Amino acid sequence: MSTVSTTTLNSRVPSGPMDQRWENRKQELKLVNPANKRKYNIIIVGTGLAGASAASSLAELGYNVKSFCLQDSPRRAHSIAAQGGINAAKNYPNDGDSVWRLFYDTVKGGDFRARESNVYRLAYLSNLIIDQCAAQGVPFAREYGGTLANRSFGGAQVSRTFYARGQTGQQLLLGAYSSMMRQVEAGRVKLFPRKEMMDLVVVDGVARGIVTRDLVTGKYESFAADAVLLCTGGYGNVYYLSTNAKNCNVTAAWRCYKRGAYFANPCFTQIHPTCIPTSGHYQSKLTLMSESLRNDGRVWVPKQQNDPRSPDQIPHEERDYFLERRYPAFGNLVPRDVASRAAKERCDAGFGVGTTKMAVYLDFQDAIGRLGEETVRARYGNLFDMYQKITDDNPYKVPMRIYPAVHYTMGGLWVDYHLQSTVPGLFVLGEANFSDHGANRLGASALMQGLADGYFIIPYTVGDHLASTSPGKITTEHPAFAATMADAVGRAEQIMAVNGSRSVDSIHRELGSLMWENVGMSRTAEGLTATIDQIRRLRHEFWKNVKVMGSGEEFNQNLEHAGRLADFLEFAELLTNDALNRNESCGGHFRAEYQAENEALRDDENYCYAAAWEFNGVDQAPQLHKEPLTFEEVHLTTRSYK
Amino acid sequence: MSESLDLTLKVWRQASHDAQGAFRTYQLSGISIDMSFLEMLDVLNEHLINRGEEPVAFDHDCREGICGTCGVVINGQPHGPDTKTTTCQLHMRRFKNGDTIVIEPWRASSFPVVKDLVVDRSAFDRIMQAGGYVSVNTGNAPDANAVLVPGRDQEKAMDAAACIGCGACVAACKNASAMLFVSAKVSQLAILPQGKPERAERVLKMVARMDEENFGSCTNTYECEAACPAAISVTNIARLNREYFKAMLVSDPV
Ligand SMILES: Cc1cc2nc3c(=O)[nH]c(=O)nc-3n(C[C@H](O)[C@H](O)[C@H](O)COP(=O)(O)OP(=O)(O)OC[C@H]3O[C@@H](n4cnc5c(N)ncnc54)[C@H](O)[C@@H]3O)c2cc1C
Ligand code: FES
Repeated sequence: MSTVSTTTLNSRVPSGPMDQRWENRKQELKLVNPANKRKYNIIIVGTGLAGASAASSLAELGYNVKSFCLQDSPRRAHSIAAQGGINAAKNYPNDGDSVWRLFYDTVKGGDFRARESNVYRLAYLSNLIIDQCAAQGVPFAREYGGTLANRSFGGAQVSRTFYARGQTGQQLLLGAYSSMMRQVEAGRVKLFPRKEMMDLVVVDGVARGIVTRDLVTGKYESFAADAVLLCTGGYGNVYYLSTNAKNCNVTAAWRCYKRGAYFANPCFTQIHPTCIPTSGHYQSKLTLMSESLRNDGRVWVPKQQNDPRSPDQIPHEERDYFLERRYPAFGNLVPRDVASRAAKERCDAGFGVGTTKMAVYLDFQDAIGRLGEETVRARYGNLFDMYQKITDDNPYKVPMRIYPAVHYTMGGLWVDYHLQSTVPGLFVLGEANFSDHGANRLGASALMQGLADGYFIIPYTVGDHLASTSPGKITTEHPAFAATMADAVGRAEQIMAVNGSRSVDSIHRELGSLMWENVGMSRTAEGLTATIDQIRRLRHEFWKNVKVMGSGEEFNQNLEHAGRLADFLEFAELLTNDALNRNESCGGHFRAEYQAENEALRDDENYCYAAAWEFNGVDQAPQLHKEPLTFEEVHLTTRSYK
Repeated sequence: MSESLDLTLKVWRQASHDAQGAFRTYQLSGISIDMSFLEMLDVLNEHLINRGEEPVAFDHDCREGICGTCGVVINGQPHGPDTKTTTCQLHMRRFKNGDTIVIEPWRASSFPVVKDLVVDRSAFDRIMQAGGYVSVNTGNAPDANAVLVPGRDQEKAMDAAACIGCGACVAACKNASAMLFVSAKVSQLAILPQGKPERAERVLKMVARMDEENFGSCTNTYECEAACPAAISVTNIARLNREYFKAMLVSDPV
């Protein structure tokens, strides 16, 4: 299904001792003269943690920033929904944490499919993030004496997670948003909310701007810049049902892919073990119950198949605490991929609970007995309330029912050590890139990555790029802008013109269930091959039979959704191809053919690389470029949480 | 099978900001009580599309009660009948078979209607840019534990910081005042030591911008607190007033 290239990708990773690489690289990077900075225009697409932190930091340096997002306000980017927390190697609890240990846990958690140098830098920068956010007035949880509090998260044996109740993402994002708004007032950031990036403008191989559609008026516009930063989040909604916000999409990244940026490891998707199960066919999204709950909640199913009893009628000895049983060292705190697969295995074997039997219990009775209801309420009150609102069950009294759901995407546009894609001038930050989490992301590490990228990496690396180009070299007068805009307008007209009989939502749901069944928690070559045909059939169905109401010259959510679905229908094929190419099980990618004693079987001999795909045309096989991964510090070992 | 409802919906339809709006009535049957309110609207929209009619525009994103994007007035109440609940977290089990549900956008001159149930709340962003921050550049921060914040203060600051910026407070207020929203940010940063240096300037600037944006004045009817999905307390308004008067006394005019 693909052709393989022999050219190697230049990841621009520095040499030298691991712990000095970033500092050394910073010394080498070119600087832009302070007086010249205001002459450079930088476009930032996305206002989540990555985009907002980049916008404020670059504007503070004096650059002109234009910031785009889909929502009516930049503060509503999907990062706002993150609940559990953000990691840092502060070692405030004095429990043996260090930069090295955070680095080690992240490389191992990612099942040895991440770039070591990037991960080290991430761990190294983590502490600065907490300092920065605290200084902005982010109300992190504190101990009585006033010092910062920590909790533990999956995949780690230390407490290194900082949090603000169950609203950590909200508070971090509001911190970054506030800093950005300060720069808006100062005139250095210009906001463009409700403007969707429809395409990337590339001139002579270099990213020079974007084409947007105004979501209120339907008007297309183009913007030129000296650098474009893509901070557009993940593609989990290719599965239709996920914990992602409804507007999350792959469009911006996909458009860049089609203009020459390589897409890396799209099959590395994360299924989160603790989500509220589906309740009916109308289900529009799934709700996460934060991983932090696994600190005090115990996961179990009845020992007896199809046990009809209510949970309180099942005595302790007739319960199977299957995570504690299988993984005594980490127990309920094993990484997400491990916990998800274990839950699926129990349900598939007939031990599931609830009306659909596709759920397991997450039980707080022991914690309430040990700590008291008040303490449990203080830790998780808002999550318990949310659970009760959705399910009408009281988790203080009956165990929660949970099941895995699509949550995060480790794959994304390929970037080098500078976060630059294969299109010079196009940088990719946050969940939209592929860089730091390998085949599985540890809890509380996405917020850390988004903010490391935006606050502490991009200000240096984008400067290096700008220092070697003169400002404003290309304007929107260049014919490439008109041509790119014509493409974007043409595509929307084509969608409107189909005028068939199926709603956008119904096709998206069908794509989602295809992907969930065959490219979800467990994948096989046979299933993947069949799925590629089915995706193509569905794509064809879309272009023949989709029905979009209204017109393109107005506020039209139906058209927005259709445009994003059209891209998902192309992207889904690449994701599936990538899963088929990777004949091993690692992290979130589990191929049923590659396992031993129920545990995933990685193949370091043949697959210790990042798969970066190059576009060759829709319906054409993409070209595979391999970035070999080497492990100098953390030695390749079988990941074990036993 | 769970119970289901047959409903009559009266929905505000308005093609664009400049168009004349009106209520339209729709019948909907077989709505599961486990659906969220927005899922019920999704079902309505699928029906409309299948009938060749334009779906109802409504804002939403996270559907978890945290992004503040959703929000409609349901039978006269912003976000509907449940307390401390956004529209997206409201579930149909709150309604009875045969109910008529009237659904309108936020009504406030500072929040012009964009289409149907969607309004423009950018006035909130403009208030934030006037002073809703701590002026600290990236890279200048001391160690996070260098400044201690007593647990009690942190809790109070967090209570205020929980505001999701949905605008229900404005929609609930007969004067369309934005005091609850503004007071939440002013309080968070007035309580925390990090916000203290700019405290006086911040409150003056944010209140001035709020007035420029034509929000009404606060007459202490507390409808805002009752409508707030994030449980922001009106004690924040009292704190804002104190902060404001103190700032007026000590500061130079801005
Ligand atoms: C429910 C939930 C809970 C989570 N909890 C945690 C946690 O506790 N800890 C943790 O570390 N991580 C957590 N995560 C993951 C983490 O929240 C995300 O990975 C992270 O916030 C992504 O940030 P981002 O800046 O990359 O993108 P996002 O926050 O997704 O922002 C994307 C931005 O791009 C814009 N955009 C997208 N496409 C376009 C376009 N075409 N044109 C214009 N604008 C566009 C959007 O409007 C938005 O502003 C959680 C995720 C979910 C879903
Ligand atoms: S959609 Fe986010 S709060 Fe309702």
